[in-house]
This record gives sequence, C-alpha cells and structure tokens, in this order.
Amino acid sequence: MNLYTFSSPVNFYQLSGKLIPWFMGGAVVLGLLGLYIGFFVAPTDFQQSEAYRIIFIHVPAAWMGMFIYLVMAFWGAIGLAFNTRMSFMMARALAPTGALFTFVALWTGALWGKPMWGAWWVWDARLTSTLILLFLYIGIMALWSSIDDVKRGDRAGALLTLIGAINVPIIYFSVQWWNTLHQGASISLTKAPSMAATMLVGMLVMAFAAWFYSIAVAFIRVRGIILERERQTEWVKTILEND
Amino acid sequence: MEWASWSDFWSMGGYGAYVWGSYGVTALCILIEVVLLRRSAGETRRRLRRMRQWDLSTSGESQ
Repeated sequence: MNLYTFSSPVNFYQLSGKLIPWFMGGAVVLGLLGLYIGFFVAPTDFQQSEAYRIIFIHVPAAWMGMFIYLVMAFWGAIGLAFNTRMSFMMARALAPTGALFTFVALWTGALWGKPMWGAWWVWDARLTSTLILLFLYIGIMALWSSIDDVKRGDRAGALLTLIGAINVPIIYFSVQWWNTLHQGASISLTKAPSMAATMLVGMLVMAFAAWFYSIAVAFIRVRGIILERERQTEWVKTILEND
Repeated sequence: MEWASWSDFWSMGGYGAYVWGSYGVTALCILIEVVLLRRSAGETRRRLRRMRQWDLSTSGESQ
C-alpha cells in the first residue's frame, strides 16, 4: 500500500468515511472511561479538594488547542511548499475544533482559577498567550471566509497560521520563562509526574478521547470540503447521484 | 470510591458550581459542534445535488 494514495481527495474521502465511526466510537468509550476514572477512581486532592477534578478536561483541552494548531501549521507548510490539495483542506477542517478546545481550556481555567486564585482571569503570561491562540484561530477562520478565491484564501490562511505558530512554544514554556500564577507542568518528558498515578491516568485517557474526537470531527468536516472542491469531478457526481 | 452519597458527589466538596460549570459547558460545546457539523454536512450535499441537477437541466435545454 502506498501512503501517497491518501493524499488524493477521492481516496481520502473513502478512507475517512470508513474510519470516522471508529474514531467517534473510540472517543465515546475513552471519554466515559476517563470520566469514570476522574470522578470515581482518582482520590481527593489534599490541597485543592474536589476542585482539581477540572484538570481532566482543562489539561487535555489545552494540549489539544496547542496541538491542533501545530498540525494546522504543519499542513499549511506542506501545502505552501508542495501545493497539495488535501493539506489546505485538512487545515481548514481542523481550525474550528482547535478553537473549541482553546475556548474550553480558557473557560475551565477561569472556573478553576476563581476558587484557587480568587480571580476568574489574570493577565498572566500563560493565560494571555492562550487567549492569543484563540484569537489566532478566529483570525485565521475569518481570513479564510473573507477571501472568496479558494486558493488565495488557503495560502493566506497558511501564512498566518505559520506566523502565529511562534505563539505555541510561548504558551508551553511561559510557566518557565516568566513568573506566573499558573502552576508548572504536572507532567513533562524529563521528570517523573508530580501527581497521583490515577489522576495522571484519568488525564491521559481524557487526552486520548480528545484526540479521537478531534480526528473524527476533522474528518467529517474535511469530507464536506472535499465534496465542495471536487464537485466537478466524476466521482463526486457519482456519489451525489447515488445517495 | 470517594463519595458517601449522590448529594456528596454533586456538591464536589463545595466546588460543585465550578466543577459542573466546567464539565457542562464543555459538553455543550461538543454537542453544538456535532449538531452543526451534521447539519452542514447534509446542507453541503443537498446544495451540491441541486447545483448538479441545475447543470444537467440547463445543458439538456441548450442541446
């Protein structure tokens, strides 16, 4: 099997159609498992009591918001360099979900900050850079929808995505670079996690659920974009006539 | 198991509003995205089908 096969819209349309139920089903199963671990297995935190349970959505959502942005930047770069059609379509399909997770990270952060720090919001390095991430998503989507010419819109959006990508490492390292109210990373690649094992497992399971969900919705969205852009081709005409 | 009763569970050690406010809004966001996605997928197909039919009918008349 040749992987490049799936860079053609017709093959990707068919493959993603088969994969969507699996990713969506996986997201539901992992989400329920993660919630179960988060609420019924993970112990009460000795400092934050039950309020810390917000972590099971806050951290996976924040990871997803940053990660989806990097994936968009990756597809944008590939699209600009090789002019591949699927790359730009993938970038467009990912943006709304990235914005959603970034919003969820900010929202749950506010609801967590209020009882723990006494403030819904502070203009702290990590919070501010995450807000900028949300604005970048919104700005990129606005740019796409303001340019009627699809190809020009694709390229302009990819350029803005790439410029904004500098913000992602800023978010990630903000807790080390600046004095901040936000706590440091609970898990990192170089140190042992600073949290109970069951809390960590719950958080990781929820993170995988968020991955599966993101892949499923991005695939659903990209299929619509493919049909739209390939409507003059015979295979799309056949699909439209047959169902 | 950390909870003595369901009311204990819902109160979340007194942080219920914050915890359920977080989970509730997240669930709502996901629900909205899924509903909008389903709707727009259907609309795209209907619109493309209409365009296709229009193309077929106009090309038929011109012949």
